[in-house]
Amino acid sequence: MNNGIEKRIPDPSQTQMLNRLWELQKSNGYIHDDDIKELAHLFNLSAVEVEGVVSFYHFFHRKPTGKYTIYLNNSIIADIKGFHRIKETLERETSATFESVDRTGTFGLFLTPCIGLSDQEPSALINFYPFINLNVSRVKDIIAKLKNGVLPETICDAPADNIRYTPASGKSVFFKEFIPGTAIAKLTDIQPLGVIEELKKSELAGRGGAYYPTWKKWNAAKVQAASPKYVVCNADEGEPGTFKDRVLMNTQAQSLIEGMIICGYTIGAAYGIVYLRGEYWWLKNKLDEAINDYRSKGLLGKNCGGINDFDFDIRIQMGAGSYVCGEETALLESLEGKRGEPRTKWFFPVERGYLQQPTIINNVETFCAAARIIEMSADQYIKIGIAGSPGTKLISVSGDCQLPGIYEIEWGMTIEELLQLCKADDPYYMQVSGPSGECISVEEKFRRISMLDLLGQKDIRCGGSFMIFNKQRDLVKVLLNFSEFFKNESCGICTPCRAGSFIIQRKLERLDNGLANEADLEELKSWGTIMRNTSRCGLGKTATSSLIMAMDKFHDYFETKLDKNFDGLNLKFDMNAATKDYEEYKI
Amino acid sequence: MASKVNITIDGKNFLVEEGKNLMQVAKENGIFIPSLCYFEHIEPPLGTCRVCTCKINGKFGPACTEKVSEGLKVEVNDPELKDTRKALVEMMFAEGNHICPACEKSGNCDLQHMGYELGIASTRFQHLFKDRIIDFQPTRMVMEHNRCIKCLRCVVDVVTDEGKKVFTYQNRGNETYVGVDYEQEAKLTEEQAINAMKICPTGAIIVRGVSIAEPFGNRKFDMQSVQKKYSEEIPKHKESQITKKRIATVSLAGCFGCHMSMLDIDAELLDLIELVSFDKSPLTDFKNFTTRCHLGIIEGGCCNDENIETLRKFRENCDVLVAIGECSIWGGLPTLRNSIPLGECLDEAYLNCLTNEPGNNIVPYDEDLPKILDRVYACNEIVKIDYYIPGCPPDANIIWKSIKNILWGEEYSILYSEFKYD
Repeated sequence: MNNGIEKRIPDPSQTQMLNRLWELQKSNGYIHDDDIKELAHLFNLSAVEVEGVVSFYHFFHRKPTGKYTIYLNNSIIADIKGFHRIKETLERETSATFESVDRTGTFGLFLTPCIGLSDQEPSALINFYPFINLNVSRVKDIIAKLKNGVLPETICDAPADNIRYTPASGKSVFFKEFIPGTAIAKLTDIQPLGVIEELKKSELAGRGGAYYPTWKKWNAAKVQAASPKYVVCNADEGEPGTFKDRVLMNTQAQSLIEGMIICGYTIGAAYGIVYLRGEYWWLKNKLDEAINDYRSKGLLGKNCGGINDFDFDIRIQMGAGSYVCGEETALLESLEGKRGEPRTKWFFPVERGYLQQPTIINNVETFCAAARIIEMSADQYIKIGIAGSPGTKLISVSGDCQLPGIYEIEWGMTIEELLQLCKADDPYYMQVSGPSGECISVEEKFRRISMLDLLGQKDIRCGGSFMIFNKQRDLVKVLLNFSEFFKNESCGICTPCRAGSFIIQRKLERLDNGLANEADLEELKSWGTIMRNTSRCGLGKTATSSLIMAMDKFHDYFETKLDKNFDGLNLKFDMNAATKDYEEYKI
Repeated sequence: MASKVNITIDGKNFLVEEGKNLMQVAKENGIFIPSLCYFEHIEPPLGTCRVCTCKINGKFGPACTEKVSEGLKVEVNDPELKDTRKALVEMMFAEGNHICPACEKSGNCDLQHMGYELGIASTRFQHLFKDRIIDFQPTRMVMEHNRCIKCLRCVVDVVTDEGKKVFTYQNRGNETYVGVDYEQEAKLTEEQAINAMKICPTGAIIVRGVSIAEPFGNRKFDMQSVQKKYSEEIPKHKESQITKKRIATVSLAGCFGCHMSMLDIDAELLDLIELVSFDKSPLTDFKNFTTRCHLGIIEGGCCNDENIETLRKFRENCDVLVAIGECSIWGGLPTLRNSIPLGECLDEAYLNCLTNEPGNNIVPYDEDLPKILDRVYACNEIVKIDYYIPGCPPDANIIWKSIKNILWGEEYSILYSEFKYD
C-alpha cells in the first residue's frame, strides 16, 4: 500500500501507533485488551500509555462498534438541516441507541462533530464512507440495504465539490487548470532564497486562520542547522463549517503536493507528511493515487522533480477524530503517535517540531497557494485582491442559503456581496471562521473580507468557514452547540479550557432555561475573558470569543432571555425541576 | 557562563541569567508567582495549571514557559492578574470534588495552600459535581480521582526503574483523568511510591499504610504564608459607633457544627449579649422573624424545598447574609451525593438497606415532609450572599471577629493563618 515509504522515512516506531490502531479498529471494530498489551510491548510503553492514546481519539473504541459503524454529524449546520429527524430514524431503523450498538452487533450509532460536509447536510459516515443529503426515506432505504448485506462502499455517495464561484477574468488562483510539474519546474531557476522572496512579495499568510506570514515561517525553518527537517500539511480540517480543504484535496491534490515539494526544497527537508483527518478516509485513496502518480513521474522521490540532490517524499497520516489536533503542536504530538495535546510554547515547531526536528506546518490551502504563486509568479499574484491583502480566499459557505458550497473570492469582497452570491435567506447573523472565530450581525454586512484586520471593526478575516443563520434560529441554542463542542474537544491538559468550557456550558444552559439575569451575562463575559487569557492553545483561547461578541452585538436578543424580575437578591430557581426526581416516590 | 540580561518585574529592575525560566528567576529574587504544576527539574515545563499567568511584555502568558531575555517586562501583581489566578484555582475547586475535611492531605495540600494564599473564601463558579471514581485497584496506592487537578506532575515524573510510565492521561476534555498502570505501579519501590504521593499537589495519590497525618497547627501550610508581604495586620475596631444589632441564624443542610463553634467563644458570650440580640435562631427557638434583622448567619446548603424557602425568608428579612462553613459556601459534605442520581441514593437508603424492617420498604413521602432536591445547592445559587467565612467549622474567634467587623462596617479579610477549609 505505502510503497515502502515507511521504510524510507526514518520514523521511530511509536509514530506508527495511530496506523496500527486504525488497522485494529477497522478490522475488528474495536481495540481489544490484548491489542493494548501487544502494542505496549511493541512500542516499549506501559499499557496505560497505549490506552491513553486510544481514549484520546473518538474514532478508536474499546468496545465493539458493530458491523456497520455509523457516525452522524451533530454540528449546528446539521442541526438546522434536520439532524434530529435523521437521528430518530436511525435509532428506529437500526434498533440501536446512539453511543451504543444494537443487540445483534450489526449497527453501532455514534455522534461526531462536523465531518466536513456542511454543504450537504445532514450527512453521516458509515464505515467511514460518506452519505450526504440524508432524509428519512433515504435513511430507511440505506439501512434496509445494509441489512440485506449490501456493502456501504457500494452505495455511498460521492460528495459534490460545489464550487459555486470563482473570480472572473482568469483571476482564480486555486481552481485554474493545473498541469502536474509546472510549479516544481520553476524551482530549477529559483534558489530557496528566491522562493522566500517570492512568498514575501506575495504576502502569503497561513490560511489555517492564524495568518502568520508564510515566508517568515519557512525562513525560520530554513536557517535551522538541525537535520532532518520535515514538512507537514495540516489537513485536519476540523473547524465546524469548513470544507474548503476537502474540495482542494479532491480537485487540486497536485498543487498541494507541489506546494509541499516547494516547501521541502526551500527549507531543505526530505520528508513530507499530510495529516489527514479521520473523517476524510474516503479521500485518502485519491490522494494516495496522486502521490503515486508523482512518484512514477519522478516528481517525488530521489532527485525530486529533476533537481539534483533533492530527495523528497510524502506520506499520509490519518488522524482519528480530534478537533484539537488541528492545533499545530497537538498535530505533531499526534503524528508522533501520542495523545494530541498541544505543546507549550517553550519551542516553536520551526525549531523543534516533529520528532524534535525543525518542522513546517501549513494548511492545505497555504501549500496550494504557494504552488500557485511559484507557478504564476508573485508579480501576477499580487494583481489579484486588494492592496495589503493580495490573492483570493476559499470560503466554505453553509447554513441558511440556497447555494452552499465553495466560494473563491478575491480578498476585499464584502459580506453583502457574498450573501447575495450564495442567495442567503433572510440572514440575521453569520459565524465567520467557525465556532472559534467571529460572530457578526447582518448590520455589519458592508465589512470587507480581507487579511487586514483581525477582530477589528473594519475588515474581517475568514479562516474558511462561513455559516449563515436566519432570524428563526435561536442564538443561544447555536452558542450552546458550540460550547458543547469545545467541552468535548478540549484536550483536557490545561485548567481554564478543561474546566472553563464545562462551566461556561452550564451557565449557558441556565440562560437557555430562562434562569439567568444580567449578572450572569457579565459573569459569562468575564469568565470567557479569563479562558482567553490563560488557555494553553488556541482552542481554549477562542472557545468563548463568539459568545462574548454575541452578547455585545445581540444585546437586545439576550435581554429577552433574562429574568426580568430579578431584584439583586433572590435568584430564579426552578423548584419543579429540582424536586422532579423526588416526586417519583409520591404514593 | 551565561550572559546577564536586564528585566523588570512589576516595575523593579533585575539583572538575571539569560534564558533561565522566569518562574525560577522570580523565586530567586523573592517574588512570589503562584503555581501548582511547576517543577524546576522538568524541562520543557509542564504549563498545565496556568496559575502562574502573568503579563509578559503586555501579553498574557504563563511565567513557567517563559525564558528571560533582555528587556523583558513582566507584570505579576496587577489586579486583573490576581483575579485571573484566583479564578483558575477556583475552577479547580469547582471542577473536582474537593472535600477538605475528609482528605488525608488536608493541611499539606498545595491546592488548599494556594486557596489560602490567594484569599479564596468562596468560588465564583458553581461546582460541577462530576461523578468520579476512587481507584482501589493499584497494589500500593489509592487513586482518588475526585481530587486530581491534572497537573501532569506524576505523569512526567513517576517512572519505573525500567523507564516505563506509571501514570498517563486517559480520555479528553472534562472526562480526562489520570490512569494508573497496575502492572507498572506494582514495580515501584516504596520510595518511588511515596515520592509520587509527595509530588502530587493534592491528595489524589495516597500510598496505602503511609500516614501523613499531623496535628492541626503543625501541618505544612497551617500558619505561614509563602508571600512575604501578606498582610497580617488586624484592623482596629471603632468602639464609638457601636449600637445594638439584631441577628438571626439558621442551620440548613448542615450538622450544627458551625453553631456549636459559635458558642465556643466561652466567656466572651457575656460581652456579646451587650452587643447583639437574637431573632429567629436555634439559640432562641423563635420559629419566625419578629423584626427585620441586621444580619443573618447561614450554616449549611440547601438539600430540600424547605431549606430554600427558609433561605429566601432570611434574604427578605436580613440586611446582610453571611454564609459560614463549607456547606453553606458550596455545599460541603452533603454534596457527596451530588454526583449520584437522587433515585439511587433513596433506593440505597430506604429500599435496599440491610437494616430495613422486612415489609417496611418505602421511601418516605408526605405532604408535610420537605421535598428532597435533586442535588444539594450552595446558598449563593439561591440568593445573594454578602460574605463568606470558610472552615469546617470556622474557628469561633474568627466567626465573631468577622461578624463584628461586618456589623460595624469595618473592611476585614481573613488572615492567612485563619484560613481553613477543614
